[in-house]
Amino acid sequence: METIPEKPFGQEPMSTDPRHFRAYRMKRRWQETHDTFTIELAAMDGSEPVNFAPGQFNMLYVFGQGEVPISISGDPRQPSALTHTVRAVGSATKSLRRLKAGEGLGVRGPYGSPWPLEGARGNDVVVVAGGIGLAPLRPALYELLHRRADYGQIVLLYGTRSPTDILYRKELARWRARFDLETLITVDRATDGWHGHVGVVSTLISKASFTPANTTALICGPEIMIRFTALALEKRGVTPENIYVSLERNMKCAVGFCGHCQFGPLFVCRDGPVFSYPRVKGLLAVREV
Amino acid sequence: MKSLVIERTDLEKLFSTLVGRGYRLIGPTLREAAIVYGEIKTVNDLPIGWTDGQAAGQYRLQRRGDAALFGYNLGPHSWKKENLPPSLRLFSAERRDQSFVIIEEPADELPMAFIGARSCELHAISIQDRVLMQGPFVDPTYARRRNQTLVIAVNCGQAGGTCFCVSMKSGPQATQGFDIALTEVLDGHRHYFLTEVGTTRGAEILNDVPHRAARDVEKAAAQRIVDRTAATMGRKLYTGGLKEFLYSAYENPHWDDVAARCLSCANCTMVCPTCFCTTVEDVTDLSGAHAERWQKWDSCFTADFSYIHGGSVRSSTKSRYRQWLTHKLATWMDQFSTPGCVGCGRCITWCPTGIDITQEVVSLRERQPGRKEQSDGEP
Repeated sequence: METIPEKPFGQEPMSTDPRHFRAYRMKRRWQETHDTFTIELAAMDGSEPVNFAPGQFNMLYVFGQGEVPISISGDPRQPSALTHTVRAVGSATKSLRRLKAGEGLGVRGPYGSPWPLEGARGNDVVVVAGGIGLAPLRPALYELLHRRADYGQIVLLYGTRSPTDILYRKELARWRARFDLETLITVDRATDGWHGHVGVVSTLISKASFTPANTTALICGPEIMIRFTALALEKRGVTPENIYVSLERNMKCAVGFCGHCQFGPLFVCRDGPVFSYPRVKGLLAVREV
Repeated sequence: MKSLVIERTDLEKLFSTLVGRGYRLIGPTLREAAIVYGEIKTVNDLPIGWTDGQAAGQYRLQRRGDAALFGYNLGPHSWKKENLPPSLRLFSAERRDQSFVIIEEPADELPMAFIGARSCELHAISIQDRVLMQGPFVDPTYARRRNQTLVIAVNCGQAGGTCFCVSMKSGPQATQGFDIALTEVLDGHRHYFLTEVGTTRGAEILNDVPHRAARDVEKAAAQRIVDRTAATMGRKLYTGGLKEFLYSAYENPHWDDVAARCLSCANCTMVCPTCFCTTVEDVTDLSGAHAERWQKWDSCFTADFSYIHGGSVRSSTKSRYRQWLTHKLATWMDQFSTPGCVGCGRCITWCPTGIDITQEVVSLRERQPGRKEQSDGEP
């Protein structure tokens, strides 16, 4: 078994009570798709921003409504604009959507393991996202592009259910216009006006240009998508040790106390959410682990 | 370790000394047709003369025919209900303008003294310590309770029908985790406690309790009791290669067999002294101005436990039982360098259908596809 941890960018020491919040307020919120929105938060007391590493997540608490783990989707070089992209599917995420600008919420974190961007230096990087799985990968893309010269080819493969589910449209348009980033998008179901690729995201792997032997792959999306994407990358010749996946499990505490996020011997909150593929490959093949 | 003797008649003085020093005594007492742990004041609150008959899915109080104070094994309660309460408010919050303020919980409860903790339970406590206070994060409520709690252990004078602490190397003799350890000796007309001191705190308490050095014959009598207990375990579990075996047994056909008997009721996780899983509930009052967060025991046997958007990760009973058993005996070792089972047998006794973890392991080994005769089972 191999571990990833890279040093997060100057992570601040935590409070002695790991369940202690910092007070934040909603700065602004905008709708990304019909069920997904992005929020930008600011520390209530105007204190120094807490740095984070791409791939990490926060626990967001809405007064009396509940708490939910949400990956950070903003630019790690601009931590003062704490950014989360949220799909409104449960009571906590829906109450997050109802928060108005200026209203308070609790934030604790950042938690979890980051994407191994340092270790990928000199390699081609293939980023594969399914649905809202693009959110925890966006900070990695920002950082890769900040340090563009450190990497070889950079490829973004993004799949959603339908064209209306595509996140970050303006940004994607800008990224598609770049010559130093190959962006391919696919949808499971096309609708009128869609002229792009149709099919699951793993079908894009054969279309992208990268050198498998020198490639680091970062994958986030539904578990079934992760599994088949990793297999397809392996088949194309990417070394399993260079494939990283971000997993999702129920989380209540984010610090390894509550037991909910266990995945075999792993605590997704503490050992993950980003894992090297060989560490989880066997478990991914078992139903209902 | 120096052995002492406290006479039965002087034991009350131990209790009153602890009370006098501000300890809240938590110990075994008769309630709801079982021996449970609750607040006690005097020796008379102990289940004097009672014992517990235990088998898979069965627990019965029985008269002993003597006046033993600790002549039972284990009830449905464990000390985790004191260290990690079943329901605990983590904080309150009040609305202020557009935001809210957090009101921390006061830490004003009296220190506790556990009376009558068994060796397997001391091991269970140290396992929970690893989870909640010895990792990268510390649960401050748990740590506070643990650090101020005094532990008086009792070595088991008999083995219960579902006990297998010998297999798990966690008993029956208390070897760690106590301030004072007692072995109850009823020898004809004599009734005394062979006493060992585990900490300076324990030694200091004993300064106020009449005692004397133990004679060799008394030490030998106490040792015979513990040895007899060790030799008469109700169950055994062969642990050789067990972790590796269970990692290879995710697709074993026997899980379906257990699932047909398991009600997914969560009893085993509630009575288990090492199970640490919790959930949180956020509530508000009717005005919506006051909110609270409660931490409550949770169980990997519920559908909610593994719920993420789209459904429960473990929707089948089979997957939940597999998670529980595999966690106890395999993945726990990789997480915390110890098994999550101490062989107390509570999960066997309190399972409404009598599912027996020791027997399920035997069946799993027998039914493992590709198993070579004699290679996996007990030699």
